[in-house]
Amino acid sequence: MMVRGAVDSEDPDRLYTVTGGRSRAESRDLDLVTLIVSEADAATGIQSEHARILRICRFPTAVVEIASELALPVSVVKILVSDLLESGQVSARHPTAPRASAELPDPAFLKKVLVGLHNL
Amino acid sequence: MEGLKIVVVGGFGVGKTTMVRSVSEIRPLNTEETMTQAGLGIDNTGGVADKTTTTVAFDFGRISLSEQLVLYLFGAPGQERFWFLWDRLFAGTLGAVVLVDTRRLEDSWYAIDRLEHHGTPFIVARNNFPGAQHGLEEVRDALTLSPDVPLIDCDARSRESAKNVLITLVNHLYALSSARETAS
Repeated sequence: MMVRGAVDSEDPDRLYTVTGGRSRAESRDLDLVTLIVSEADAATGIQSEHARILRICRFPTAVVEIASELALPVSVVKILVSDLLESGQVSARHPTAPRASAELPDPAFLKKVLVGLHNL
Repeated sequence: MEGLKIVVVGGFGVGKTTMVRSVSEIRPLNTEETMTQAGLGIDNTGGVADKTTTTVAFDFGRISLSEQLVLYLFGAPGQERFWFLWDRLFAGTLGAVVLVDTRRLEDSWYAIDRLEHHGTPFIVARNNFPGAQHGLEEVRDALTLSPDVPLIDCDARSRESAKNVLITLVNHLYALSSARETAS
């Protein structure tokens, strides 16, 4: 079941405002599953989307989860997260798995994944 | 702490969301990504290459594997028109599960072809709808699947079965990775 309304009905002008007119994330190294953690509480007066991200990320939260929570496209969320990274209000834990599709993690790492799956 | 991803790819209605829901610790969430792509080919109206913005929606679930590892499971439609997005969205995925329905095997041909082309390791799981009449070997033939790609039956509604699909994929990755390590 796809609940599409929130994003589909999004006013493009609003997205433009949210990102301050930028249409492209400076921080290209943010992955869908990069985990974001708040390093500070939201100061009063900061943009509401930034404040919401800081609240959501009190526990490590992936970029894709933030996007879903805020009902904003992933690319917009990457820009907002980049702002917070730049000001040091959040930190990012990047995936260490190899990025090239033909590469594989080493067996010891995969063993950890297997143990986790078996314990589900 | 680190995030990992596995993609479940398959045709419309084959049970991707159902499988994500079966193993996810959260209700499957969805989000969307918009991407701009320079137009391919020549624009008939004036020869100027146009840009198209495509929006793609996908859903995902989360599985905490340990204190250190969180696995995100993404459901992705397999149709050809989405592939340029998957390449970018799912770069760095551990591997893929191709979910197939024997009544519409042709829906998965393109996805399998792309995964092979990119060298992304994958397994194929047949979602066992009632009335499946073909043996798995017939399915393998129909998909012209190489003998070293695992092919299994599953029931996407069952947590145990969905979990078994993921274990089969990671076992496959483990075997590939071990073989590579030995060879080097």
